[in-house]
Amino acid sequence: MSLNEFWDYLVLGVVLGSIYAVIAIGYTLVYGVLQLINFAHSEVFMLGAYGGLISLTIIAPGDSPSALASVGYVALGLAAGGLFGAVTAYGLEKVAYRPLRRRGAPRLIFLITAIGASFFLYNLAGKLFGRDPLPMPDAYENKKVFTLFGADLNVTQLLLLGAAVVMMIGLDLMVNRTKLGSGIRAVSQDAEVAGLMGVDIDKVISRTFVIGGVLGGAAGYLYGTFTQVKFDMGFIPGITAFAAAVVGGIGNIRGAMLGGMMLGIVETLTVPVFGGEWRHVGAFVVLIGVLMFRPTGILGERVGRTA
Amino acid sequence: MSTTTELQKESGGPVAVPLLELRGLRVAYGAIEALKGIDLTVGEGEIVALLGGNGAGKTTTLRTVSGMLTPRQGEVRLRGERIDGIKSHELVNFGIGHVPEGRRVFARMSVRENLEMGAYRFKGVDSADMDRVYTLFPRLAERRSQLAGTLSGGEQQMLAIGRALMSRPELLLLDEPSMGLAPLIVEQIFVIIREINEQGTTVLLVEQNATQALGLAQRGYVLETGSVAVSGPAQDLLADPRIRAAYLGEGAA
Repeated sequence: MSLNEFWDYLVLGVVLGSIYAVIAIGYTLVYGVLQLINFAHSEVFMLGAYGGLISLTIIAPGDSPSALASVGYVALGLAAGGLFGAVTAYGLEKVAYRPLRRRGAPRLIFLITAIGASFFLYNLAGKLFGRDPLPMPDAYENKKVFTLFGADLNVTQLLLLGAAVVMMIGLDLMVNRTKLGSGIRAVSQDAEVAGLMGVDIDKVISRTFVIGGVLGGAAGYLYGTFTQVKFDMGFIPGITAFAAAVVGGIGNIRGAMLGGMMLGIVETLTVPVFGGEWRHVGAFVVLIGVLMFRPTGILGERVGRTA
Repeated sequence: MSTTTELQKESGGPVAVPLLELRGLRVAYGAIEALKGIDLTVGEGEIVALLGGNGAGKTTTLRTVSGMLTPRQGEVRLRGERIDGIKSHELVNFGIGHVPEGRRVFARMSVRENLEMGAYRFKGVDSADMDRVYTLFPRLAERRSQLAGTLSGGEQQMLAIGRALMSRPELLLLDEPSMGLAPLIVEQIFVIIREINEQGTTVLLVEQNATQALGLAQRGYVLETGSVAVSGPAQDLLADPRIRAAYLGEGAA
């Protein structure tokens, strides 16, 4: 691998990693408040991509939209993706998980329900939108913007990275600086005591799903712009982002960002070194390696509930 | 507080306007009945001790009062109003502060953030409330930026009490504040509980450390396997040798 190639792949890795990071936040947030691995989060992501696709198909940007129009189209794609993701995540919590919570169902039942919901949603998407991949309508002309260390950066890469970074900063501020954020952190640490402080646990859980859904859905749109939109597109990024959340320390938001970035870079750099067929192996080797030395993940401090 | 002295004069007789009243309270975990019909009153301004061995139902009683458990039968009344069945996150607005067993501070939040969580029911945090807690517990003021999980057991207990005070409770439920603490620290905490009470907060105190709790309280209830076995003025309970032997963990004299 030449140095130029290395920079190219590194840029790709950072871009992919930033998307994984945004998806991973969704897993880790929900895990924090419910101790649930929401396997249906990959479908939140997938439906977000369809949200972007549908809205941009209706609005239909022309062949070479002006820069200003492009910004509008991208914003539309992100908003529609976020909205679809939010609605899906909200519905999942309301329909699938809340009834289980009311009845005090064991952890395993939640997990099976999550997997079941995932199957249901992606088959539903296959039925509604067809099983063939669809290209995301271009919201902008994807040209080279500048060269960094010999790596060409194009509009898509900058958009993905920029949007992901903005979402991560926004989320971090929300969690650490707002009242809802305090509520989320308190419920994550001790839901019962959070209730004693006046935190409405149901409301916090519901809003946590919505926040994770907005991020996941918007990430779906972004991912769709550089691949394609397909009913089963959520599976691999979903599993990888889940692994990223675990690598970073599940329940820890900054850990999810770090893990996502790491796995994106490792996955991409695996391609020139070992070949494309090893792509997804790299990420999971990192997962196993990290867990061997730090079973709670890089930034994780605890297992389960114990403080 | 005038009410306190009046009550002390009455020394444990029926209280005119009870702040908290439990009537025939039955609570069960599935098929296991933890409370088998408890009657208890706490008058405004009092400190009432709730004593008994492990599994007697002390914690269950507190958890029912603060809405974490719903009784199967019976009533919980606050100033005469039924509050059983109201969820805990709403009950905090009724003026009930609960310091749970085992302290349960938010370990990965700073001392300040924990106190802010205590004031969650308000729009913002009143710095006067914060100052009051820091005055009661100067140790917390020194460590305000430290993560709660790194505090000592005694400091965590102070934080748990301070956090509950931030919601400006009229009734403070304290679940074994002495648990696992060195005698010197326990003494400090008991002094502060008295101070909080003198500032106007009514206290229902669950303790295993009966002698110390009765030294602080005006009245006491001794629970035994889910029922009230004995109740009365604290001095009487302390003085009765049979009670000391049977319930307060002392060998027969």
